[in-house]
Amino acid sequence: MSIDLSQFHQVFFEESFEGLDVMESQLLDLTPESVDAEAVNTIFRAAHSIKGGAGTFGFMQISDFTHVVETLLDEIRSAKRPMLRMYVDLFLQSVDCLRAMLSSLQAGDTPDGERPALLKTEFEKILAGDDSAAPVSTDSTVAEAEDVSGGAGWRIHFHPGQDILQTGNEPFRMFRELQELVGEDSLTVIPDTSAVPEISSLNPELCYLNWVLEVRKDIDKETLASVFEWVEDDCDIRYEALSSATEDADAATETDVAAETPDTDQPAAIPEAVAAAVNAAAAVSASQAKKSPAKNSEPSSIRVSIDKVDSLINMVGELVITQSMLGQLGQEFDMSRLARLQEGLSQLEHNTRELQESVMKIRMMPISFAFSRFPRLVRDLGSQLGKDVNLVMLGENTELDKTVMEKIGDPLVHLVRNSMDHGLETTEKRIAAGKAAQGKITLNAFHQGGNIVIEVKDDGAGLNEEKILSKARERKLVPENTELSAEEIHQLIFLPGFSTSDSVSDISGRGVGMDVVRRNINELNGTIEVQSRRGEGSTFVIRLPLTLAILDGQLVRVKNETYIFPLVSIVESIQLQKRSLNHITGSQFVMKLRDEYIPIVRLDNLFGLRRKEEEAENPMLVVVEGDNEKIGIVVDDLLGQQQVVIKSLEQNYQRVHGISGATILGDGTVALIIDISGIGKTVEPSKTTPGSEQAA
Amino acid sequence: MTMNAAETVKDPARDHEQQFLTFMMADEEYGVDILAVQEIRGWEESTLIPNAPEYIRGVINLRGTIVPIMDLRIRFGLERVEYSPLTVVIILKVEKEHGDRVMGIVVDAVSDVYTIADEDTRRPPELSEDDNSGFIRGLVNVNGKMVILLDVDELLRIPERQKMAGLLAG
Repeated sequence: MSIDLSQFHQVFFEESFEGLDVMESQLLDLTPESVDAEAVNTIFRAAHSIKGGAGTFGFMQISDFTHVVETLLDEIRSAKRPMLRMYVDLFLQSVDCLRAMLSSLQAGDTPDGERPALLKTEFEKILAGDDSAAPVSTDSTVAEAEDVSGGAGWRIHFHPGQDILQTGNEPFRMFRELQELVGEDSLTVIPDTSAVPEISSLNPELCYLNWVLEVRKDIDKETLASVFEWVEDDCDIRYEALSSATEDADAATETDVAAETPDTDQPAAIPEAVAAAVNAAAAVSASQAKKSPAKNSEPSSIRVSIDKVDSLINMVGELVITQSMLGQLGQEFDMSRLARLQEGLSQLEHNTRELQESVMKIRMMPISFAFSRFPRLVRDLGSQLGKDVNLVMLGENTELDKTVMEKIGDPLVHLVRNSMDHGLETTEKRIAAGKAAQGKITLNAFHQGGNIVIEVKDDGAGLNEEKILSKARERKLVPENTELSAEEIHQLIFLPGFSTSDSVSDISGRGVGMDVVRRNINELNGTIEVQSRRGEGSTFVIRLPLTLAILDGQLVRVKNETYIFPLVSIVESIQLQKRSLNHITGSQFVMKLRDEYIPIVRLDNLFGLRRKEEEAENPMLVVVEGDNEKIGIVVDDLLGQQQVVIKSLEQNYQRVHGISGATILGDGTVALIIDISGIGKTVEPSKTTPGSEQAA
Repeated sequence: MTMNAAETVKDPARDHEQQFLTFMMADEEYGVDILAVQEIRGWEESTLIPNAPEYIRGVINLRGTIVPIMDLRIRFGLERVEYSPLTVVIILKVEKEHGDRVMGIVVDAVSDVYTIADEDTRRPPELSEDDNSGFIRGLVNVNGKMVILLDVDELLRIPERQKMAGLLAG
């Protein structure tokens, strides 16, 4: 009996994934011409730690494979061999392969042995001195294997998630269904009890069993897969064709359904049968997609620098001191000590605020976490599309809330893909247009006010307005005979079902994209807009709130209700001068404020608060800015400013127009938070294109 | 002996039995599945929601959660009454795909808890195309009184017309 090492597995996986990320980024920076010895050392060290860890925990497949990788690296490190382009490609493939192996181990599976074996042979050939061998594309072999129909039947490795029973899915019911499908004699169910823990640590609500199901019947995979349709996202299911002649399972080709699903689920992603270059990218996205379900079942963790933790401990210490001081004061209080009480309370406020800020900082991570995948993506896509692309990343240290970061990754990938596929022209066209042959994509992140702004910019052809408009008319998204400004036309690309691509490509252009991107960003309370100049390129600008949890608010009173304006969107507050109001169409007022006419909104009208018709004596006008448009909002009174914790109104109710959320005030009552850009949209019907109204 | 007989008769039906919390409203007794009841509390002032349907009285702070409150009298088209210290809010919870949904309903008074077997429940008569008939899960007779059993899921569903109302107001 030894120590139970499995408790350290999670740490090992996390560290290994980090090590792989390091290897990948260093490899991408390597150019065979100028090899940085330090970079090779870093890659070597990362590989070495993975090998060591894997050995300790008994993941022999990983350590064996890493060993050959390490051997070649060592020879390069000690200058016995030059770094060749071919080696870099091979190493990158190995990183993908290791990542896939680690992911399946993390999910409690046996990793696919075929791909590492192939790569390993490659390495051994090189080490044996046979440099002529080109790196094999293992992916294409797998892709071919997918077409194999189960001539003699299938062996299904069914590894349900532990919580399968809690989700109400009963494996035995599925087996029964399978039995009905193939007939009683053709199905063998072999349970695998190896994962069942000792009785003392067994949780009766979890499913520890895995199964191997052998179907001895000629049946196609789709039909079999339909049985597991409901659970395939939560379970790892592998189909292995049984060869009729031999029982040799190792020789059988395997298709990994779990790795395939994310692709079919996201129509924007890449279909199965594509060229090898994109396969590598698919492997990256698949392995990441595969990682995320695992994250749901296990608590995800973040790494926090020790400085942040130390400062937190300091602050908690101060808080304790303040608390004991106040406690003492409260026990023997008389009016003579009022000043000390007030002092103590203000100190408490100070402490709480600092504590809150530091806790929020723990959740903040540099955006480089989200950016890090792009060098690889651009490299792989560029070689597939035959476009030479230079990726420039700026502001990688800009910090962003972790939850926002997790959700912004996919939309960003989509935008970059889109820019590469549609935005940038081919090299020939670029030269013909008198541009540099190399295309450029810039990712830029920076803070602006209370927002973080992320720009995805390309120097390609820009949006083709005529084409977009004719396409939109063709699809009846825009009525005939309407004139739209260039800006309004640009907004059309965010409509559902819109694509201008002449041919549907593997990367993008299926018309399911920009609307999803916009929806994802709107869910984060962010906005996206596009700026484009013909022939010069397009820029997508994403604005996101720094955090989703806390907001600096200005409290206002309207009739008997208290509302909260986000402080960042307030430009100024002034006394409302009745005579400076101008009446335009219907009930719409505008006011001349210095050089601008700004539309005026009466919050009581908009929110239907006209219960009592008396006018407030000195109404205030709060001038706010949302979506680059200023509006004036009439309120009865300005109250204090305070930080508020944002609570969801949607969770138990539904989205309310003009309201972004709710919060709880000091007296325990609920106050609603005003959605400035939402209100902005109601007052300017002229600004909303017919299309965007449809999309809203 | 009689006890035993009663138990044996009752046993097979146990699976099909449910407990219902009943409350009074305009002299009628209504019942909701007791498993959906989270708590019962007194009426307190709520914060208005802009452009909400009339029967949504607003939202309250329930220990940090924002909970909408629905006046069931208005929802059912009954005569409105002034709220008194005896007015009761029943906090109901139903499971939705994105987690639980919690909502309060204002009723006149809480009445009793009954155990009701499925087979005693009668389908409500389908008399009219009334909006309210959708909420009714069935009718049951308890000690000579009629109790109207309500479908909580249906009850907590708010028609999606907010967006339109908001746009029109603008």
